[in-house]
Amino acid sequence: MLFNLVYITVAIVIIIGFYAALFKRNLIKIVIGISLIESGVNLFLVSLGYREGGIAPIYTNAPSTYMVLPTPQALTLTSIVIGVATTAMLLSFCVVIYRYYGTLDARKVRRLKE
Amino acid sequence: MIWEFLANNSPALIIAIPLIAAFATSLISRVSTRARNIWVILALVLTEIFVIILLYQVFNFGTKVYVFGASSYNLTLPPDSGGIPIRIIFVVDAMSIFMAFTASTVALAGVIYSISCENEQTGQDKYYTLLLLMTVGMLGMMLTGDLFNFFVFLEINSLASAALVAYRVDRGIAVEAAFKYAIISSLGGLMVLFAIGILYGQYDALNMAMVAYRMQATGFSNLDKIAMALLTVTLAMKAGAIPMHFWVPDGYGKAPGAISAMLVTTTYASLYGLFRMCFTVFGLAANTVTLGWFLIILGVLSMFVGVTMALVQHDIKRLMAYHSVSQTGYMLLGVGVGLATLGTTAFNQYGLAAMEGGIFHLINNSMYKGLLFLTAGAIIYRIGTSDLDKMGGLGHSMKYTMIFFMIGALAIAGIPPFNGFASKLLIYESVYQFNPILSIIAMIVSILTLASFVKVFHSAFMGPKRYDVKEVPLPMLVGMGILTFFIILFGLFPNIAMQYLVTPAATALSDPVGYITRVLGGGSL
Repeated sequence: MLFNLVYITVAIVIIIGFYAALFKRNLIKIVIGISLIESGVNLFLVSLGYREGGIAPIYTNAPSTYMVLPTPQALTLTSIVIGVATTAMLLSFCVVIYRYYGTLDARKVRRLKE
Repeated sequence: MIWEFLANNSPALIIAIPLIAAFATSLISRVSTRARNIWVILALVLTEIFVIILLYQVFNFGTKVYVFGASSYNLTLPPDSGGIPIRIIFVVDAMSIFMAFTASTVALAGVIYSISCENEQTGQDKYYTLLLLMTVGMLGMMLTGDLFNFFVFLEINSLASAALVAYRVDRGIAVEAAFKYAIISSLGGLMVLFAIGILYGQYDALNMAMVAYRMQATGFSNLDKIAMALLTVTLAMKAGAIPMHFWVPDGYGKAPGAISAMLVTTTYASLYGLFRMCFTVFGLAANTVTLGWFLIILGVLSMFVGVTMALVQHDIKRLMAYHSVSQTGYMLLGVGVGLATLGTTAFNQYGLAAMEGGIFHLINNSMYKGLLFLTAGAIIYRIGTSDLDKMGGLGHSMKYTMIFFMIGALAIAGIPPFNGFASKLLIYESVYQFNPILSIIAMIVSILTLASFVKVFHSAFMGPKRYDVKEVPLPMLVGMGILTFFIILFGLFPNIAMQYLVTPAATALSDPVGYITRVLGGGSL
């Protein structure tokens, strides 16, 4: 029961993120949506790697040998780093767009179509 | 000795050289601009040399594996790993190295072209750093045999290319295009990561061969279906197939000329990812007929809608971008027919030929579409507008650009003796045996392509002289010349390309068992 609760949370976070990314009109809110999806995926990866009672695989003075392969944690760290870079780049795009257009409303940022 | 060392470590060096060069670029540009230009070109020439060394090795000795951090470079299953390839492994089969050859050639032509095309822009150090990072991303996606590593290179590639699309700010319009592109890429990247998480949760492995092996052993579960849907749809989106194509015209249209040419190979890196997932990872367990028809339908839609959208465009680069979508359709169609017939007798009759056509079209399109984007960049460099209605009479003064454009336009329309003809003929012939209607649609699309490029040629180069301009500088002509060389070479001698590049690639891609056996080491499992 408790285990499935994590996956339900993951689904809810990702769906909220998708909602924000697809339906919000403020560009910063779209970036927040992307960021939420990323958090959801990271939570999914971490929860995949969780084993109740498992410890980190450090053999010196280990209390037990019931250890967890740290691959999902390593993946999550990498994914967080990539996420920071993506968010920073998207937000800097927002800054430049605001400077030239004077607005962040997606309905008014449409010079490409002209 | 040193030769053997370099040859054995070439998969790592292909990634390492541009990666180190990228971050050293900003240091070296402190010395002088000339030193930086030489440095960047040197890095890509070295990369190309290593790609050719590896191509030679793969052609002669079969699929090559490279294990990072192991005591020996080809130790895929070390004794302490418990039968799971836990290290990051590069698996270079003929398809991967074929893609890497395409990407590194276009990148080399693009960087030589950029030397004079971008020399009046500010922030050139960052431009070359990002350009090299984009190349690293593409090459990494093509060479890796590890799912998570694939995601990392995908993200490196997306970040660098989105930043490069925004490089010429152009009153914010380019940034708007880049914002769209970055949102689409990061959404796609996250869905790929989610799918990788699902696969990892089930099979405890990130290695593609291991995942495929275990998936075949345990059967195709519902979770696999979700992962497959996420991976195929997002990679098709990154490849610009039709219902998900909306970022392509904006991104290609606003990027600098050389970057548009490289974005074509970037989308093909995603297309390669799609083919790799369909054939190697899911090919043994999933229903390949359904997957094949999925690719065929995407392909036919892309071909037809892409070309009809292109006919009405007035911006030269947006027009070419829609043609790029349309040409991607041919590859999806060819490889899709191969996938749909995989494992049946029809595969040997015409399926393999269709795959060869699709894969041959991939390298051909990278070359001539790259060339067309470079000529469009040359026109914009001289007259400062991309609007076809404002062009005219450029043939009087830009003779070489006009010749290069003609070669590219005839190649894309599939006129002999250029390379587009060779691959399109293969696709028509083989797809006709599969389903005549698909083949007829492909031919109609080809005619519409020709019509569209006749229009561009007429409005850009013909007519009275409207602009008093000079021919573009020599480095830009050299960049275009490299691609033209391959177009004419593959057009006049398609058997060379078929024998050394295309047929090994198609055979390797259609043989997932061989791939898995190579990585997991024979019958030891």
